[in-house]
Amino acid sequence: MIMARASNKTNPARELVFGDLWEYDAAPETADPKLKKRYDLFINGQFVAPKKGKYFATINPGNEVKIADIALGDAADVDAACKAAQKAFTTVWGPMPGKERGKYLYRIARLLQDHAREFAVAETMDGGKPIKESRDFDIPMAAAHFFYHAGWADKLEYLAPGRQVAPYGVVGQVIPWNFPLLMLAWKIAPALAAGNCVVLKPAETTSLTALKFGEICQEAGLPPGVVNIVSGAGETGAAVINHPLTSKVAFTGSTEVGKLIMRSLAGTEKKMTLELGGKAANIVFEDAPLDQAVEGIINGIFFNQGHVCCAGSRLLVQESVAGEVLARLKRRLATLRVGDPLDKNTDIGAINSKEQLLKITELVKGGVAEGAEMHQSECRLPAKGFYFRPTLFAKVSMSHRIAREEIFGPVLSILTFRTLEEAVEKANNTPYGLSAGVWTDKGSKILKMSTLLKAGVVWANTYNKFDPASPFGGYKESGFGREGGKQGLMDYCKVG
Amino acid sequence: MPVAKSPPSFRRLFDDIGTVDAVGIEERVAKYGTRSVKKGAKVFGLQLAVTMVDLTTLEGKDTPGKVASLCQKALRPHDVGEIPPTAAVCVYPAMVRHAAKHVKGTAVRIASVATAFPSGQAPLKTRLAEVRAAVADGADEIDMVINRGAFLSGEFGLMQDEIAAVVEASGAATLKVILETSELETYDNIRAASFLAMRVIRPNDFIKTSTGKTSANATLGNNQVMLEAIRDHFLETGVPIAMKPAGGIRTAKQALTFLIAVKETLGDEWLNNGRYRFGASALLNDLVRQLEKERTGAYQAPWNFSEASEGY
Amino acid sequence: MSARLTITKTPKCYVGGAFIRSESGRVFELKDQKGEFFANVPLCSRKDLRNAVEAAAKAGPGWAKRTAFNRGQILYRVAEMIESRVEEMAEALMLGGATKVEATKEVVAAVDRIVHYAGWTDKYEAMLGSVNPVASAHFNFTVTEPMGIIGVLAPDERPLLALVSLILPAITSGNCVVALASEARPYPAILLGEMLAVSDLPGGVVNLLTGKRAELVPTFATHEHLRAISGVVNAEQRKALRLGAAESVKRVRLGKAEEAVDWEAETMQGLEEIRALVECKTTWHPVGG
Repeated sequence: MIMARASNKTNPARELVFGDLWEYDAAPETADPKLKKRYDLFINGQFVAPKKGKYFATINPGNEVKIADIALGDAADVDAACKAAQKAFTTVWGPMPGKERGKYLYRIARLLQDHAREFAVAETMDGGKPIKESRDFDIPMAAAHFFYHAGWADKLEYLAPGRQVAPYGVVGQVIPWNFPLLMLAWKIAPALAAGNCVVLKPAETTSLTALKFGEICQEAGLPPGVVNIVSGAGETGAAVINHPLTSKVAFTGSTEVGKLIMRSLAGTEKKMTLELGGKAANIVFEDAPLDQAVEGIINGIFFNQGHVCCAGSRLLVQESVAGEVLARLKRRLATLRVGDPLDKNTDIGAINSKEQLLKITELVKGGVAEGAEMHQSECRLPAKGFYFRPTLFAKVSMSHRIAREEIFGPVLSILTFRTLEEAVEKANNTPYGLSAGVWTDKGSKILKMSTLLKAGVVWANTYNKFDPASPFGGYKESGFGREGGKQGLMDYCKVG
Repeated sequence: MPVAKSPPSFRRLFDDIGTVDAVGIEERVAKYGTRSVKKGAKVFGLQLAVTMVDLTTLEGKDTPGKVASLCQKALRPHDVGEIPPTAAVCVYPAMVRHAAKHVKGTAVRIASVATAFPSGQAPLKTRLAEVRAAVADGADEIDMVINRGAFLSGEFGLMQDEIAAVVEASGAATLKVILETSELETYDNIRAASFLAMRVIRPNDFIKTSTGKTSANATLGNNQVMLEAIRDHFLETGVPIAMKPAGGIRTAKQALTFLIAVKETLGDEWLNNGRYRFGASALLNDLVRQLEKERTGAYQAPWNFSEASEGY
Repeated sequence: MSARLTITKTPKCYVGGAFIRSESGRVFELKDQKGEFFANVPLCSRKDLRNAVEAAAKAGPGWAKRTAFNRGQILYRVAEMIESRVEEMAEALMLGGATKVEATKEVVAAVDRIVHYAGWTDKYEAMLGSVNPVASAHFNFTVTEPMGIIGVLAPDERPLLALVSLILPAITSGNCVVALASEARPYPAILLGEMLAVSDLPGGVVNLLTGKRAELVPTFATHEHLRAISGVVNAEQRKALRLGAAESVKRVRLGKAEEAVDWEAETMQGLEEIRALVECKTTWHPVGG
């Protein structure tokens, strides 16, 4: 027997050496992100100063250097944006034939492709994600969302056969800091395709690419007021959500804030879609292709530093292969490169903010205190900037805080199970229900698991895959409504 | 070494060694392509690759003269600059004695394909005789082909017995076992054949992707499957097996990507020509050309390099 | 010879396939159209609601697992059960003030509504689900799943048709329902329970409570096991339900009791109503050898 798959051998004859024999030299991305020193609000097709004249600094979490000043919009600015959106809706965008609206979206998609590298660098500087992710995933996927939805604009009548489909009017949107431009695209593209106008509030720490998107709208000749971007903090977002002119709101962020929004809108008839937190189970059966499963586990938890609502943060491994999987994970951890987000070879970049770093640090301390077994990669971290070592926790039980709370960082909790039923029970034992992963070589088991798991997205023998044509969204306290596909588009349409 | 007994069963073999998800492995290797190797790291990688080349000519029209110039190229890949010799020259058995005249006693080893290369469709006795003859003529390394027919019909024992017989016939020569991945078709089969071979060869013998004589040759995907098989075998038994992708690697950029796969899968101890080789011919000139570009700062024309096939 | 004393029926709620009184022992008086005492109806408590949710939770997995064809047959059987007792049901509606013509019209409309949904069970998936052409080597499909237990709050107007119109789209896709009948006109719901009991609908799939809306709305709002609320209520109750829903991110679909609703309209039934009470699940799998 060469490799006993049904045993828990953790003492292989030898270990591999992942040393510095052939160290890659620094490979910084040098493209110019074309940034301004100061960014104003994008309202009614123009960049305008906030009425109170206040700005806040946005910094690069990779080195803590200030990048630019960002306008701090308040309720009065939001009001102006909503009025501009309402006017655009009634005078231009609403009456415009779908095929013409679609052409604007195509134009935006193309312009995003034209400026892709610029946006990728800006996104990485502002948010800390590795340049290879912003370059190969965030920006192309954002453009793809506009491309996909552009084609829907003149085909809305196919969405609800026999019924009248109409836009809501002005849609208020608040997005998070983990995929700044991509979340903007997920929100704006379907809203516009359905004929709505939008007022969008980007996350406080990552406003740059949203405001740069305002420049794209100008370049595309999009009618003023169709898209409005109001940067600011929590109160700015609340003003967008609560403004009487926004008849539909869409929010992506924490479950905590999602509940706040539901409460604040309880007395209104506003439509909502919420894409909230998660604590996804990634389930590995003993018959899984283990190397691909390990790759999927790594991608599931370390993609974007684990700042992913659908991150596979709870690994459930069948007991018979638990030792083998942990050994493989540790080896794989040794080859992950943590560091300067702008370096093309960086796998794991900077934590988005000091606050988030503190939160992760605190939860990890709690994990150690509760008795879980911690393994961290031994990579060197840069002196400046917010970094956290990729972390694995073995011997975690369902009652541990690290197994229940969303950490939103590069921290994986590993639990074991013996039977399929136990795996399902553990996977579903959470108020969340956004996503889940299943790894097995057996087709019928995949379909059974997919049926039993209470989650809006199930990745089988893969993880963290996204596509504009594929609906994404949660069960239970992970929110409601979908984004992507015809199901996502429907959430921006009033069906009469 | 234990040998799979009848009844032959792929299912049982896969239960033992595990399976491979094709899309997953291709996603994994696609990431190697995004690594950016610059400056000093690039020069190191290119030089390393040169030392790993089995400079190959395997044609019916090969002559002692052609082999002589191949040997000169292997010993001194370029007339200027500090470019190391390649690992070996790789020739047909009839050419071994000609190659020996030029490289015996140097750093360049003589590899010879044998065992009725490339099909292997000759009686075992004939194949073994060929191996012995090549070794007697001076071959340091033998590149054999497996019995794909035996493997595909589930006769794992027969396939392994034949490899074991070649191990014996090759004596002190290093053995490279060619799986001919394109004929095995699936990643699962490549993993399975790798294990069957590794179980009967010696430490630092090779498993090798292809003959270069079929439609598909070395790819990052089959390279990765074999590297992972080597890793699992090593961790379980402590026996290090070496790896040789062959055919289809023509550019320096490709070679660097293959080496990144080695670095990130097997680590530093496989980054030497005792553990990793490239079966190639055109590759060497591109490696040299890129090294010259790094040395001089100017992009190089193909005709500055001997044996260059591109003349335009 | 003395005249025979008639036996009056004690109205009971249909919960978990059984007929129950309120655990609280409370009742409220139901008068007929002339204002005379008709019967004592259970005044269900928060605890009755909790018990009904438990009953629904027990029935749910089995109901959701039935084949779509089987669910369709069962719903059709429900329609048959009511159709055979149209007059009896019409009289129940007349208790609440409807004329015989109106009442009969409402009953047959309710039967037709049930037949409409019976036909949807094995078709909505083809309309709401999808195979999604993603730009990678994956097979990607979206299917719907029932949300779980749905809380239904029926209005006083059209106490049968509205109730049926709210319940049917929920159970068509495999949800279970805990419904609060019209407070002013609960009797048709009592009778509906008796008809469901002799249909093939498994006990616990539909649970019908009677009682005071103001008393039960807070529990409907905050009970976390109810995954959605569907109903027609006033502005204050809408706010209360939404506030409660926020605590567990419950799905809420509420109509306005203060506005007239044409329950017979075609737009009050169909795919959209089913869509409102399902979740979409998307599965990815690689395509490769």
